[in-house]
Amino acid sequence: MNRFAALLDRLVYEPGRNAKLRLMTDYFRHTPDPDRGYALAALTNALMFKEAKPGLIRGLVEERTDPVLFRMSYHYVGDLAETAALIWPTPHVSSPQVGGEALLGHNNPPSVPTIAEVVEALATTGKSELPARVASWLDALDETGRWALLKLITRELRVGVSARLAKTAVAQLGQIEPDEIELIWHGLEPPYENLFAWVEGRADKPESGNPAPFRPPMLAHPLEDEDMAKLNAADFVGEWKWDGIRLQAVAGISDHGLPARRIYSRTGEDVSAAFPDLVEALDFEAAIDGELLIVRNGRVQSFNVLQQRLNRKAVTAKLMSEFPAHLRVYDILTECDEDLRDLPFMQRRERLETLVARLNHPRIDLSPMVPFASWDDLAAARSDPAFVGAGLDADAIEGCMIKRADSPYLPGRPKGYWYKWKRDPYLVDAVMMYGQRGHGKRSSFYSDYTFGVWRDGPEGEELVPVGKAYHGFTDEELMKLDRYVRNHTVNHFGPVREVEYGKDRGLVLEVAFEGLQRSTRHKSGVAMRFPRINRIRWDKPPAEADRIETLEKILARGEKEIHPLKGQRTEGRQS
Amino acid sequence: MALRSTDILTLTSQGLYCPLGDFHIDPVRPVQRALITHGHSDHARAGHKSVLATRETLLIMGERYGEGFAGTTQAAVLREDIRIKDVTVRFSPAGHVLGSAQIVLEAGGTRIVVSGDYKREQDPTCLPYEVVPCDVFITEATFGLPVFRHPDARSEVRKLLNSVALFPERTHIVGAYALGKAQRVIGMLREEGYGEPIYLHGAMESLTDLYKSEGIPLGDTPKVGSADRAQFAGAIVICPPTSIQDLWSRRFPDPVTCFASGWMRVRARARQRGVELPLVISDHADWDDLCRTIIETGAGEVWVTHGQEDALVHWCRPHGIAARPLHMLGYGDEAEEAEGAAA
Repeated sequence: MNRFAALLDRLVYEPGRNAKLRLMTDYFRHTPDPDRGYALAALTNALMFKEAKPGLIRGLVEERTDPVLFRMSYHYVGDLAETAALIWPTPHVSSPQVGGEALLGHNNPPSVPTIAEVVEALATTGKSELPARVASWLDALDETGRWALLKLITRELRVGVSARLAKTAVAQLGQIEPDEIELIWHGLEPPYENLFAWVEGRADKPESGNPAPFRPPMLAHPLEDEDMAKLNAADFVGEWKWDGIRLQAVAGISDHGLPARRIYSRTGEDVSAAFPDLVEALDFEAAIDGELLIVRNGRVQSFNVLQQRLNRKAVTAKLMSEFPAHLRVYDILTECDEDLRDLPFMQRRERLETLVARLNHPRIDLSPMVPFASWDDLAAARSDPAFVGAGLDADAIEGCMIKRADSPYLPGRPKGYWYKWKRDPYLVDAVMMYGQRGHGKRSSFYSDYTFGVWRDGPEGEELVPVGKAYHGFTDEELMKLDRYVRNHTVNHFGPVREVEYGKDRGLVLEVAFEGLQRSTRHKSGVAMRFPRINRIRWDKPPAEADRIETLEKILARGEKEIHPLKGQRTEGRQS
Repeated sequence: MALRSTDILTLTSQGLYCPLGDFHIDPVRPVQRALITHGHSDHARAGHKSVLATRETLLIMGERYGEGFAGTTQAAVLREDIRIKDVTVRFSPAGHVLGSAQIVLEAGGTRIVVSGDYKREQDPTCLPYEVVPCDVFITEATFGLPVFRHPDARSEVRKLLNSVALFPERTHIVGAYALGKAQRVIGMLREEGYGEPIYLHGAMESLTDLYKSEGIPLGDTPKVGSADRAQFAGAIVICPPTSIQDLWSRRFPDPVTCFASGWMRVRARARQRGVELPLVISDHADWDDLCRTIIETGAGEVWVTHGQEDALVHWCRPHGIAARPLHMLGYGDEAEEAEGAAA
C-alpha cells in the first residue's frame, strides 16, 4: 500500500502527461504481481468490490474526533478522503518491546496492508465488519497511506489519470500500442497477470475473450469564433448536435459462434444491462457510434425525459415502455472484420447508411446531415433547426456538429477535424450575493457564487437569488473573485460567505445559461439550466442589473419547452 | 476588584485598542501610538505617530519602509515592564520570526496576553516562545483546524535535501516568505550540514543581510542576479512564493517547484500553486500547539483572532474556557491572500 500511496501522491502533484506516464510505468516495472495489477485496476476503475460509502468514513472519523471540528475541517479541505486522512488521530503505538518481541497481553502494532490484501479483503468482508477493518488499516498507515487507502476504497482516485493513460503506461513497459490493450481489455480481469506477462514478452497475447470490444471514441472541439474565419465551409459537412448520451454499440460473433452485443458509454463502461430494449436491436456485426435518445411516437424527447431512464437500479418493462431507448447513429468504426476508422468520414457515412437501411429497425436511425453552402447557412440552421428539417425533433437539438468530410476516426480529441457549435446561451446581469468554497482543485477558494436579480419586495426593490454558478471564469479571474468575496464579506455561514450587495455596492456578474424552468424549490420561482459566469462586470453598478421580469419573459416565450431543466450534466453527451 | 478584560482591551476599526494606555496593538491604519508584535506587513504598518516594538522589529520596519516609517520609535526590552499611563506593558518572545513578541498588558490585577503570531517549534533564527500565564489570552488561529498538524520541520528540510540529491541536474526553487521563512529554511539547511551556496531572489536579500548582521549564521547566500542560469543545476534557490510560477523561475534548468508553508499540508493547495515538492514548514502554531498553548497559559478566557476562529472557539468551550472570535479585518484573512506576510 505504501508504494501505491507514494505513486498516487506523486501523480497528484505532477501536471505533465509524460511525467505521469513515466511515474506509472516505473511503478508497474518495479512492483510485483498481484499488487501492480490491482493498482492498474484502481487507476482504470475496474475493481469489482462495492465501494465504501462516504458515510462509513464519516462515521469512523466522528467516533474518534469532534464531529463539529471534522465538519469544519471538511468544508475547509474540500475532500473527504484527505480530511479524514489528516484528522485521523494517530494511535500512539508504545507497546513495550523486549528483544524485538511484543510482550504478551499487548496488541502488536497493526501491520501495513498491501494493496492486494486491501482489495481481496474488501471483496470478502461483510458489511458489518467493514468499518472495523478500515479503521485498523487507517491505524496502520501514515497520512499519505490513509489518504490513498480512502481514495481507493471509495473509488474516487482523482489523481488526473484516465483509464486510457494508465493502459498507455502499461503498454510502455513493452513495445505495444495502447489500442492493442484496449481491444483485449474487456476480456481481462484484475490483477491482469496475463496482460503484464504479455507486455513484458513472457507470454502470448491474452485472448480478447470479447468479440464486441470498446474502441475509444472521437471527440469534438468547441468551435471558437476565430475558427470560422480559418475554416473553409466546403471542406466540412454538418449534423445536428443531439442533446442525449453518447454511446458506442458493438455487435460481433464469439469464437464459439455466439452473438455478442454490447453498449458502451463514452468512457468505455459497459452499460448494456441498462438498455435491453436497445441491445436486442443490434442485429449486425459492427461498431457504431451514436446518441442515446428517448423517442415517443416518432418524436425525440428532451434530455430531462431521457434522464428519467438513466441511473435506474431496475430496468422494468414499464420503464422501457414509458421511456423507449433509441439510438441515432452518426458513425461506424468497424464492420465484420474490417476496421473503417482510417476511411474518410463520407465513405464511412455511406457504409453506415447501407447498414442502417439493411437493419431497418425502428429503434435505430441515422442522424441526418444538415446541408449548407456557407457558414451563414449553417448559422441560420443552428438558430432555427425546426425550419431546416428537424421538425419536432428540434427540441432535442443543442446546436450543430461540423465534421471534415475527409476526417478519419481518431481516438481522443484530435485538432482540426470535428467541431461542436452549440446554440447561443441566454445572458442576464445578476448581482453576487454569496460565495461558497469549492471542492477538489478549487478547494478553499470561494469559487461557487450565488447571484440574484432585482424584484419588488415589501420594502422596495430587493435582490432575489436566481442561481448559482461555479465555472466560466479563468483561474486568474477566480483569484480576483475569491479576493472579492473575502474583502466584502458581511456574514459567515460555515463554508458560505454573504457578500455586500445593494443598489450602490456589489458586483455584477453576466451569467450565461441554456434555459429556464419554473421551480418550487427556488425563492425566485425559476431555475436556470447550466448557468456559468460569462463576464465579470467590475464596471457595472448593481442598480443596473436585470430584474426578475427579464427571466419571466424568457419563461413566457415558452423556452421551457425547448430547453427544459437538465439537472446534473453528465459527460456522456456527444461532444 | 479586578478590572474587566474589556476595560483593558477592546476592538476598534483600527484593531485592538487599550483605553487605559491609549494605544493600539498592530493597528491596520495609522494611529497616534502603536505597539507592534512583529515585522510582517499586516501587523507592522508605516505611518504611526509613535511605535513601541522590539529593537529587531524596529530594524525590520526600517528596512521595509525606510527610516521615516514612524514619527518616533521606542525599543522595548524583552521581559521588562514599561508603564504606559494606567497599564503595565511587557514584551515576551513569540518564536514567530526575528524580533517577534507577545505583548503582555497588566492593570488592576488582570493580565492579558496578545500573542501576535507564534509557534512552538524550534527555529534557529529567533528566540523560542515563552509561555506567559494570564487571565485572558488572545491567540492567532491561522492553522486553527485539526487537519493542520505540522510534521517536524527538520524532516521536511531533509525531504528537500533528498530531492536535491535525487535530481542533481535540476534547480530546486523554494518559495518562502521574505521575512522569517526564507531565513529559517536557510538556517535549517545549514543545521542539516548543507554547505553549498544558497541563492537568493533579489527580494530576499536585504532582510537576509539584516538577519546575518544580527549574528544568525546563514552561510553563503549569493544573489541570483543576472548570473548564467546554467550554473544553477543542482542548486537551491529561495524566492518569494509569487515568483515560483513566474517567468523568473523558468530561467533555471528544469526547475523543481517547492514551497515552504503550513498550507502545503492540504494537497489541493499545493496543486493550485503548481507545487511539485510541498514542504510543510510553518512559522505558526499548528492545531495541537494552539490547543496546548491555551491550556498552558491557564487563561480562563480566550479571544481568537485571524484565521479559523470558529474551530478554536468550539474547542475551548468543552475545556471550560470562555472563548470568543474576534472577526478582525485586515490581517491575513485566513492568511491565504496575505500570505505575503505570514504562514
